[in-house]
Amino acid sequence: MPRLAYSFPEEVLEHVFSFIECDKDRGSISLVCKSWYEIEAWCRRRVFVGNCYAVSPATVVKRFPKVRSVAIKGKPHFADFNLVPEGWGAYVFPWIKAMAAAYPWLQEIRLKRMVITDECLELIAKSFKNFSVLVLTSCEGFTTDGLAAITANCRNLRELELRESEVEDICGHWLSHFPDSYTSLVSLNISCLGNEVNLSALERLVSRCTNLQTLRLNRAVPLEKLANLLRGAPQLVELGTGTYSTEMRPEVFANLAEAFSGCKQLKSLSGFWDVLPSYLPALYPVCSSLTSLNLSYATIQSSDLIKLVSQCESLQRLWVLDYIEDAGLEVIAASCKDLRELRVFPSDPFGLEPNVALTEQGLVSVSEGCTKLQSVLYFCRQMSNAALDTIARNRPNMTRFRLCIIEPRAPDYLTREPLDAGFGAIVEHCKDLRRLSLSGLLSDRVFEYIGTYGKKLEMLSVAFAGDTDLGLHHVLSGCDNLRKLEIRDCPFGDKALLANAAKLETMRSLWMSSCLVSYGACKLLGLKLPRLNVEVIDERGPPDSRPDSSPVEKLYIYRTVSGPRLDMPGYVWRMEDDSALRVS
Amino acid sequence: EEDTSYSHKEKHFFTHKPNMATILGKESGLNLKETELCLGLPGGGGVGGGGGGGGGGGSSEVETPRATGKRGFSETVDLKLNLQSKEDLNENLKNVSKEKTLLKDPAKPPAKEILEIEGDLEKYFRAQVVGWPPVRSYRKNMMAQKVSTEDVAEKTTSSTASGAFVKVSMDGAPYLRKVDLTMYKSYKDLSDALAKMFSSFTMGNYGAQGMIDFMNESKLMDLLNSSEYVPTYEDKDGDWMLVGDVPWEMFVESCKRLRIMKGSEAIGLAPRAMEKCKSRS
Repeated sequence: MPRLAYSFPEEVLEHVFSFIECDKDRGSISLVCKSWYEIEAWCRRRVFVGNCYAVSPATVVKRFPKVRSVAIKGKPHFADFNLVPEGWGAYVFPWIKAMAAAYPWLQEIRLKRMVITDECLELIAKSFKNFSVLVLTSCEGFTTDGLAAITANCRNLRELELRESEVEDICGHWLSHFPDSYTSLVSLNISCLGNEVNLSALERLVSRCTNLQTLRLNRAVPLEKLANLLRGAPQLVELGTGTYSTEMRPEVFANLAEAFSGCKQLKSLSGFWDVLPSYLPALYPVCSSLTSLNLSYATIQSSDLIKLVSQCESLQRLWVLDYIEDAGLEVIAASCKDLRELRVFPSDPFGLEPNVALTEQGLVSVSEGCTKLQSVLYFCRQMSNAALDTIARNRPNMTRFRLCIIEPRAPDYLTREPLDAGFGAIVEHCKDLRRLSLSGLLSDRVFEYIGTYGKKLEMLSVAFAGDTDLGLHHVLSGCDNLRKLEIRDCPFGDKALLANAAKLETMRSLWMSSCLVSYGACKLLGLKLPRLNVEVIDERGPPDSRPDSSPVEKLYIYRTVSGPRLDMPGYVWRMEDDSALRVS
Repeated sequence: EEDTSYSHKEKHFFTHKPNMATILGKESGLNLKETELCLGLPGGGGVGGGGGGGGGGGSSEVETPRATGKRGFSETVDLKLNLQSKEDLNENLKNVSKEKTLLKDPAKPPAKEILEIEGDLEKYFRAQVVGWPPVRSYRKNMMAQKVSTEDVAEKTTSSTASGAFVKVSMDGAPYLRKVDLTMYKSYKDLSDALAKMFSSFTMGNYGAQGMIDFMNESKLMDLLNSSEYVPTYEDKDGDWMLVGDVPWEMFVESCKRLRIMKGSEAIGLAPRAMEKCKSRS
């Protein structure tokens, strides 16, 4: 029987596969048989690289020759909190270089926590004729000159987003390099830029780009200019204001209010640096249709926040400072019935005494009133097992729960006990929990709960917790879906790590800093698990100069198919595997 | 395990060894007791739970003296502090005593970490744990920039986030200190903090707003002829100026380091300071 009669033509398979977008499913497809592997590879248009060192650019480019969109992540998450020293890596240049040669039709590049230079930006501008989307989140290494290369050359640019990136702001004229004929901008986010951009160029750009949906301004854009910009883009869906404060002048206010009421599609607001509360009522016309509100830089009092937020009945996402206080969160619980995500940031993270009346009660209120709440990031100064238990029972649909009690090792403030039971309740009741960050006083017990119940847990962040290796062992042996584990300042040592070494190959990465993992154990892991890069980060000098039993400062272990990386700085040592010792 | 006993009576977490401190104190004529590492309980100001934090060089370690009589700076201890109440304090002291201590050579000069502590010790501890609380540098920079909204061109570097740390030296004192000027709102606040650090020093002659009355030359001359200490600072231009001649915010902006010197020594600065003052107004 000829096999050919039973197989679809390639084109048909390609067409079928084009409906499958999820990477995981694409991966499954490619495992069916050789021809499906090849066809799938040929028609894969999007690639997501969760760890830029897990695979080399050459490998990606070879397997997927027709990619149009690339997303790459670099540094470990704890780099956000200054735990990763300068010069660690995550350089995107090798990727750009490889793609410039292989993907002339590349359209989209999205990077997170990577180092991108002006040279890279110039290469992008030069190499990809159809380039349309550049999103740089928490990136660094470039200047406004690099941006000028993009704006001057990318005729089809649709999205340019600089999210919380470190940009050396040399000159605001990069924006003016968009030619007058250029009208395709859909999304512009310059919120992290320090200096002024050429405002008249911005105004002209905004008014001629009729498809503009997202405009996130930087702090340097004065409030007086906002109304004009809004008038130029009444179709805006997402707006980030500049400074939201100026001398109170009735005509400025009236102008602003009128401009806002002209924006009938506005769904998302952010910015709000330096808020003068008397200008907030200008927003009232748009409040009821807002689904996303980021007030996390607005240092305004609870009463002003409440007046605003109580009108946002369609709110799904709210980011706010702890100035909202328990009272404000109670109002939110009553008014924002569609709330899915809440983030409460600390206004005074380094102060000892609480400066606001925000406690665990605020979170409890929201968990009661907002039935769709599934994602929480909450900074506070006190917590109790009882509150956590209530929250867990109220919201079994929680998928992301990150609690930061500001004082390390703070116990249940009512009982003085560890918060094991409280977090235990969270993992037990929230069966779909994918992400969890712990804080407060925690013993090995909490990890037992996590290992037992956290079956869907993908990312766990731990700090100042646990008593013995047993804690780590519970997590590594129990959490079946764990992908990312990051630990700092915990008394976890060699035993759990070595006993669960194989687990590490099923995860994207493990970060441990200021723990008790010895150099000897790192060497052993590196030796026995060649498909991992076991990287010791130690700024005290070569680990060889200390005894094997001495704990390493920091440890970053990740799986890779591409062997050792070639760009490690002087304070990073990779533990060699057997293959390096074999004579080739 | 070392038995580090602490004088709970004084509600101090740990203190220097009396010997060295008093010896040095006697030598320089200063009462150095006030400059001892003393961490009070919350209320007067508690201690931040900052110890044991991860950092570039490992945990942020602070040295603690032994009870035996060896020099106080000979040990380092991993602090795990969580002081909400006195009971906690005792509990934590028990924990701390279990920590491994590294013995350093007593003859070596004290570690820099101990000395570069700003007046408000509690805040120092909280701020010194690298990356805790987990607030992103971007956010910290943004919040810090609220101090001067006019200065929008300011680069968002981590130095903004960590405040304006300047070294403080006092003539005759054996060690330098460090203060974060952004922690204070006025000359009076700074003066109080410096007074705590260097107890024989006050800025009492500075009038209500803490600014020098340059117009009253005789008053100025009195001050400078006394054996009182006056605070001086090095500004951005590298000039040494008398503290108090410009508005507070301008001072914070331009001050690079502080030096507390005897009035009689500061006398050479006065004319220069007055000149600069005149050229500004």
